[in-house]
Amino acid sequence: MPVPRPLHLAAEIGGRPRYDAGHYTRLALLAERGNLDFITLDDSFARPGPDALAVLARVAPGTGRIGLVPAVTTTHTEPFHVSSAVATLDWVSRGRAGWRTAVSDTAAEAALFGRRDAAPHDELWHEAGEVADVAARLWDSWDDDAEIRDVATGRFIDRDRLHYTDFTGRTFSVRGPAIVPRPPQGHPVTVVDGTGAAARETAVRHADVVLVRAEDPVTARTCREEIRNRAAAHGRSPDQLRVLVSLPVELHTGADAVGLARLIADWYEQDAADGFHLIPADVERDLPLIVDGTVPVLQHHCLLRRFYPGATLREHLGLARPAGRYAARSPGGRHAPSAAGRYAQNPGGRP
Amino acid sequence: MHLAAHFPGVNSTTVWTDPRSRSQIEFSSFEHLARTAERGRFDFFFLAEGLRLREHRGRIHDLDVVGRPESITLLNALAAVTDRLGLAATVNATFNEPYELARRLATLDHLSGGRAAWNVVTSSDAFTGENFRRGGYLDRADRYTRAAEFVATARELWDSWSPDGSPSPFAHTGPHFDIAGEFTVPRSPQGHPVVIQAGDSDEGREFAASSADVIFTRHGTLDAGRAFYADTKRRLAKYGREPSELKIMPGVSYVLGDTAADAQERAAVIREQQVSPQNAILALEQIWGRDLSSYDPDGPLPEVDPDPGSDVVQGRVGVADPQAVAAKWRALSREKGLSIRQTVIETTGRQSFIGTPEAVAAELHEFVRADAADGFVLVPHLTPGGLDDFVDRVVPLLQERGVFRTEYSGPTLRSHLGLAEPVWKG
Ligand SMILES: Cc1cc2nc3c(=O)[nH]c(=O)nc-3n(C[C@H](O)[C@H](O)[C@H](O)COP(=O)(O)O)c2cc1C
Repeated sequence: MPVPRPLHLAAEIGGRPRYDAGHYTRLALLAERGNLDFITLDDSFARPGPDALAVLARVAPGTGRIGLVPAVTTTHTEPFHVSSAVATLDWVSRGRAGWRTAVSDTAAEAALFGRRDAAPHDELWHEAGEVADVAARLWDSWDDDAEIRDVATGRFIDRDRLHYTDFTGRTFSVRGPAIVPRPPQGHPVTVVDGTGAAARETAVRHADVVLVRAEDPVTARTCREEIRNRAAAHGRSPDQLRVLVSLPVELHTGADAVGLARLIADWYEQDAADGFHLIPADVERDLPLIVDGTVPVLQHHCLLRRFYPGATLREHLGLARPAGRYAARSPGGRHAPSAAGRYAQNPGGRP
Repeated sequence: MHLAAHFPGVNSTTVWTDPRSRSQIEFSSFEHLARTAERGRFDFFFLAEGLRLREHRGRIHDLDVVGRPESITLLNALAAVTDRLGLAATVNATFNEPYELARRLATLDHLSGGRAAWNVVTSSDAFTGENFRRGGYLDRADRYTRAAEFVATARELWDSWSPDGSPSPFAHTGPHFDIAGEFTVPRSPQGHPVVIQAGDSDEGREFAASSADVIFTRHGTLDAGRAFYADTKRRLAKYGREPSELKIMPGVSYVLGDTAADAQERAAVIREQQVSPQNAILALEQIWGRDLSSYDPDGPLPEVDPDPGSDVVQGRVGVADPQAVAAKWRALSREKGLSIRQTVIETTGRQSFIGTPEAVAAELHEFVRADAADGFVLVPHLTPGGLDDFVDRVVPLLQERGVFRTEYSGPTLRSHLGLAEPVWKG
């Protein structure tokens, strides 16, 4: 019998800092072989390691389906650059980008930039929410069909289909429009670890995927319900939101991998979450066991799909492609084609 | 001779109306051009940057290619589909911070095996600033002191890991930056990313002479090139540098034909595509600073004089003396009997090498022999196939002449450019 709603599975591929691209590409391909929805790569300015978004851009052309979700901090960076970089990750991966919104909360990180002091979590997460907000506005600032290439009038774009964002937040403002045309997914997927109270407030407002940590399925279920309710209170559709439980895993044997599959199935059947974000203790040891041990068991029990039904990360997650907010409002608002449809019709990207 | 490929876009050089022109944003376009450049054994692939859409008469500019990806992210992806090609990102020194940018560039350098370059630009008007936390404006002198301190600081960060892989804390205090901590990325395979400079003022040239490995310049004619070459190379000594430590690479375009006449004919067609009737009026308005939309592009230049206080153009460097330019254009138009569009076509092209493959190869070689350039940044007019014929037809001739490599001699961009690895200053 088909499951009522699909189980989503993701994995973190960070760990000991590595600077060779081959390492990350191998892990991404492994996760893709396991049909995982996406991989995450953690990041911070405070400890050794490469820039996560760069790593996943490097991985993109060598992979075909796996979603790519780097951590991107919002505290010391420029919101305009963040929006451009995430949109570009979506372009180079042909619609597989996400980003895990994060903050920098230490004095040590502040000293690396020398622009402002460390601030309390509430403030940082409020700002992170503003960055997520303005990023999405910038992604919408080009209608999907802004590029017209109209030879008769000499116009490459229709400037009426480009929009100023004119966003003013507490610590920054952005005039817009974006430099990068609207990305293939419309909005790359926004992931927020909503475990802490301040982060959860940002998550319920802005995240497509909320990660939560929970010790048991009942707590997780309560969390999920709370998140869905609070998102609904902000006028969002809870069904356009996925709540994944972040689960630290340490596997040594095939039996451990099967045990993990049982735990996932058990929690999932208790409605604890829409899926799981697995955080391996040692990715090079644990990820192969997940892909070759845990995944097949879940598939055998028809809990997990055996192939990617779509091409984009939104499609893996069953999330709709959002229409541009400005396009929808303009008179005779144009219908936004799905990313997949657009590629099928316009392999060269010409309208 | 050194060769680089500029991805066509966001200027009127790029012909998007040609049926062979494909997407300006999809990855496949960038991949095609980069792979072609690597097949031609080019030194590097180059991406320009713009941080706000240009405006004309208060409205978003819509006549040229508009929109582009963020450079460093795109180049990381290109690193996956190329092996040797250098990867150069234009990134503004005013709207970025040293720690973050040094880290992103160092990451690109690692993930590409030592092929990263940073083209340091300083454009920074209040118009662009409206997209950034910093906002506002730096005057020219401050822009370049910030850029110079930025590059110096980035190098301190890159040097904070010793070549054997151990980190030590850094601390930098200066007029623009006061930062300290630990850098997160070890020294990369080429030591530091290559630094390119684009900017032409006296301050810009000084900055290049003190800090850059390559200059990307607009001085593409033989005479202007020689003068610029002599001027910038002369400035190096004061910084204790040798002339060979700074490569001068003008941005140039080219048109090939089977005969000289054929090439000239093609070039004329391309210029007509580049300067559409609408673009001709726009170019005129950029000089005159007035609404000239009622003028016929095929008619004569306007009688009215330029408006001295105009801010018609936003987001690109304007001309210094519009009255003088207008006078020059009028004289040319009178002398040759040119229409508005023909005048713009005559006056606005960049240096182009036009001819048979043999003639173009000979002329490029001549420029390098005559100390007008150390190489070229080729700016094709088509995306993404704009370099195909150059690589197929001109590169082999340069190789026959022995002025261009037939194989890469090393893995890193520094090795392609013949630049030494920077000495570690730990
Ligand atoms: C060949 C060339 C290419 C340039 N490319 C860019 C670019 O891609 N993005 C940008 O913001 N500025 C670019 N600039 C502008 C320069 O960074 C600089 O701001 C401008 O030339 C004014 O400085 P200057 O007075 O020293 O010339 C370019 C300049 C030159 C000469």
